[in-house]
Amino acid sequence: MSFISNLLNGISLGSIYALIALGYTMVYGIAKMLNFAHGDIIMVGGYAAFITMAANWCPLWLSMVITVAVCTVLGVVIEKVAYRPLRSSPPLAVLITAIGVSYLLQNIALLTQTANPKTFTSIAAGAPPFLQVFSGKGAVFFKANPYQDEGLKPVLTVSMETFLAIVVSVIIMIALTLFINKTKAGRAMMACSEDRGAAQLMGINVNATISLTFAIGSALAAVAAVLMCSAYPQISPYTGSMPGIKAFVAAVFGGIGSIPGAMIGGVLLGVIEILSKFYISSQLSDAIVFMVLIVMLIVRPTGIMGKKISEKV
Amino acid sequence: MRKTTKNNLITFGGTLILCVVLGILMQAGKLNSMTTGLMVTIGIYIIASTSLNLTVGVLGELSLGHAGFMCIGAFSSATVSTLMINGGAPNWLSFAVAIIFGAIMAAILGFLIGIPVMRLRGDYLAIVTLGFGEILKSLFNNIYITSDKNGLHFGFTNPPKNIDASTKLEILRGPKGTSAPDLTNFWVVAAVLLICLIILMTFIDSKSGRACMAVRDNYIAAQSVGINVTKFRLMAFTLSAAIAGAAGALYMHSLANMLPKKFDYNLSILILVYVVLGGLGSLRGSIIATIVLYAIPELLRGINQNIVNYRMLIYAIILICLMLWKNAPVFINMREKIKAKCKKSKTADLTSGGAEA
Repeated sequence: MSFISNLLNGISLGSIYALIALGYTMVYGIAKMLNFAHGDIIMVGGYAAFITMAANWCPLWLSMVITVAVCTVLGVVIEKVAYRPLRSSPPLAVLITAIGVSYLLQNIALLTQTANPKTFTSIAAGAPPFLQVFSGKGAVFFKANPYQDEGLKPVLTVSMETFLAIVVSVIIMIALTLFINKTKAGRAMMACSEDRGAAQLMGINVNATISLTFAIGSALAAVAAVLMCSAYPQISPYTGSMPGIKAFVAAVFGGIGSIPGAMIGGVLLGVIEILSKFYISSQLSDAIVFMVLIVMLIVRPTGIMGKKISEKV
Repeated sequence: MRKTTKNNLITFGGTLILCVVLGILMQAGKLNSMTTGLMVTIGIYIIASTSLNLTVGVLGELSLGHAGFMCIGAFSSATVSTLMINGGAPNWLSFAVAIIFGAIMAAILGFLIGIPVMRLRGDYLAIVTLGFGEILKSLFNNIYITSDKNGLHFGFTNPPKNIDASTKLEILRGPKGTSAPDLTNFWVVAAVLLICLIILMTFIDSKSGRACMAVRDNYIAAQSVGINVTKFRLMAFTLSAAIAGAAGALYMHSLANMLPKKFDYNLSILILVYVVLGGLGSLRGSIIATIVLYAIPELLRGINQNIVNYRMLIYAIILICLMLWKNAPVFINMREKIKAKCKKSKTADLTSGGAEA
């Protein structure tokens, strides 16, 4: 039973990674750049949710809307101010700028919110667990322990946060896939990632498409921020950087630029992380995650779903 | 004299003079202990940033795991120096052997890591070096080495057991850090710095160094004229790692207790900031940027405690602005226009001056 519970936790963490990885992979596919600041947008989203949820006047749904709006605007502004002027510059310059933006956000958070981690109130606070399984009695959904009086403890508990993370991620992924394949804007995004110059010649507004990509990626980061801070109820200026990097690992793992790849890579990476944390060593789980990346890049540099791109003169 | 030779001589001579002047001032007792400590730290950071400049500036690849190599250098050198001093070797010899050992260990790991890493380029390389840096940090967070009369005992994730208590000597203590003997002083740092500068300058000016720059400027063209791309890239990466290892060894012996988590991503970024702001490929730039960017906030600390908190914020803004200024087409055009205007006004001055005469 503990294996199943770990597996579910892994899938839940993995679906959060997948949401973040989608942002990375979409931006990488279209703008051909590694947005290092993506992880810090998560952190900003976490603080936006933390502050609005603490305010009395703000109901939960409104604070979620504000969080998503803040991140979306932030992502678009960053793209416009820092990345767009450098679109045709050498990759090293873009990468350094992205690191600069990431550091800027982190340090603004450090100065305004201090380095002390704060306790985040889960969005599912007070709700009963999604599922409890009792030996000999079967499963109970969405209810507090009915056998409390008999002193019976569940052998398997799936918390509401775990359930929410998985469900929300699945819904978003389906919606995103539909959006990209069925709508005009989505097809424009695909065209831009295939060949930006040709897309422009076909009358696609490349700048607007790239802005839209950043907006969607940042909005997904906001959702991921709320889900992650609910599952691991703490927030600090450094909250975003590690999950951000791991999500990038997930994106590379699945094949960068590929949307189904980011989903599969994210879930697999989350499962690997939780299982290695539990069965190998909690201190070495980060090292194991990065080992996965390195092995992947040696064995199959294009990732699980990636396409092979050969460089031309 | 060739332009590069002249340039190198100026950089080296300047550093040498600076070291000698500061050293004399220190010996004469004109500097307080805070300034002396600052000089040691800055010297170590200069060694680290010049070595990173080899990867970022000359090789043109962004390495985000430089702190990892410093980490190896630090902990392997601490093991050697502690054991040697415990065995009765003189301090200077133990320290010299420790620094060299740290550099060699970092070079070996740099070589091993470089084999997979140097197959990649750009963003992938950056993230993989970052990953390796994190892996090295977590490894040293889990390694325990203890010595007693029976020899060395190693432990992974847990301290080793069955140790003779009377002769017990804990060397690496995992996350609790390592206390190496306090051996680093200004003269050692200055000597290592000057040696590293000579090595770096010789390498960059050599055939291999020029091959690296050719690869940086055009990968495919370099390959097509028969440059063994992987070999030269690996060579530069290994050398960069080795010097970072020496810097780590010095860093380790300058603090009373060093925790593995000090060698994290943030340290790599800090060094990268020095390299980028100093100028990619310019050793002199790295040296000046490190001195200025490290010393100014520390010296201003006396005036206003808060200024140090704003340090990284200001660096980040400068970093973004500098990249935009240097690379954005808008600003490149603007710079050229200004340049053209200056030229025009100068020639106008000349002609009008000529007319008057």
